[in-house]
Amino acid sequence: MKLAILHELNAERAARRPAILVTDTESGEQRLVKAADFPKDPLRAELDKQLRMGKSASVEAGGKKLFLNVYAPTAKLVIVGAVHISQALAPLARSLGYDVTVVDPRTAFASPERFPDIPLVAEWPDTALPPLNVDAYTAFVAVTHDPKIDDPALLHAFERNCFYIGALGSRKTHAKRGDRLRAQGAKDSDIARIHAPIGLAIGAVSPSEIAVSIMAEITAVLRLPPKEKEEAA
Amino acid sequence: MLDRDEDILKAAEDWQKAGRGVALATVVETWGSAPRPAGSSLVINDQGTFLGSVSGGCVEGAVVTEAMDVIESGKPKMLEFGVADETAWNVGLSCGGTIRVFVEKVG
Repeated sequence: MKLAILHELNAERAARRPAILVTDTESGEQRLVKAADFPKDPLRAELDKQLRMGKSASVEAGGKKLFLNVYAPTAKLVIVGAVHISQALAPLARSLGYDVTVVDPRTAFASPERFPDIPLVAEWPDTALPPLNVDAYTAFVAVTHDPKIDDPALLHAFERNCFYIGALGSRKTHAKRGDRLRAQGAKDSDIARIHAPIGLAIGAVSPSEIAVSIMAEITAVLRLPPKEKEEAA
Repeated sequence: MLDRDEDILKAAEDWQKAGRGVALATVVETWGSAPRPAGSSLVINDQGTFLGSVSGGCVEGAVVTEAMDVIESGKPKMLEFGVADETAWNVGLSCGGTIRVFVEKVG
């Protein structure tokens, strides 16, 4: 690998931007394709698929054997609300490979006793969220049921283009939330991005089951191609 | 996304900048029950120090030896490892799978 390519790849990884290294395994020739350049690449279909799956693979193209080495950032999950559901959601998400952080200004909720080993930030969203570097590889859920906490958190998630945004609450609650967020400058397209009621409809009852339904929905958004994603939702 | 390996590529860059000869070995194909998935890698320097893993320990020794050649020659190599043959002194994978490992020089 040329040093220039290695340097560029490490810079993309440090910036949490996905990239795929394409190697001709016979000649040793290599090129780095950044995710932003996928649409104009001749291998775009293969690149898109492997990145979505987070899987490196050998492919044949134009009579050449190519190895596509996928470098995707570790996905993050930001949970706003140190509630009962979050106590089940945080360890489940971690077992799925997410870097998890729980945010809740209410110190009685955001206590290490309730969340052993999970990073906790007991601050209001305006203070807590900016240092977390919420990005396109972040799933973001707001589950406090308290608009004073959930609303500013969701506004932050819109700005950061999270791949998944979910919020707890019935359709009725969600309609009211939409009105409030619009009044604070959110666009209709932002509101439409919120998965609410949160989670796949699997008849979840207990906090643990709701956690499963939320992680199932996040997984679907992360892994399914766009068309099948619509069908699952 | 699940891998939380040591930062192999960072080490490759650091070692290269420190003037070491460096090679990178990457699993590019697997068949059967392979210990590590495609994309797993190992970085090796000319002192024989290595970081990472391509097989969870079964064939790293052989990969490091081949990597020394690659650092010397600058030419990439494709290595293939299958089931360990205990009667011969070949290294292999006791799990029954086969892996192909691409070894290239860095820099």
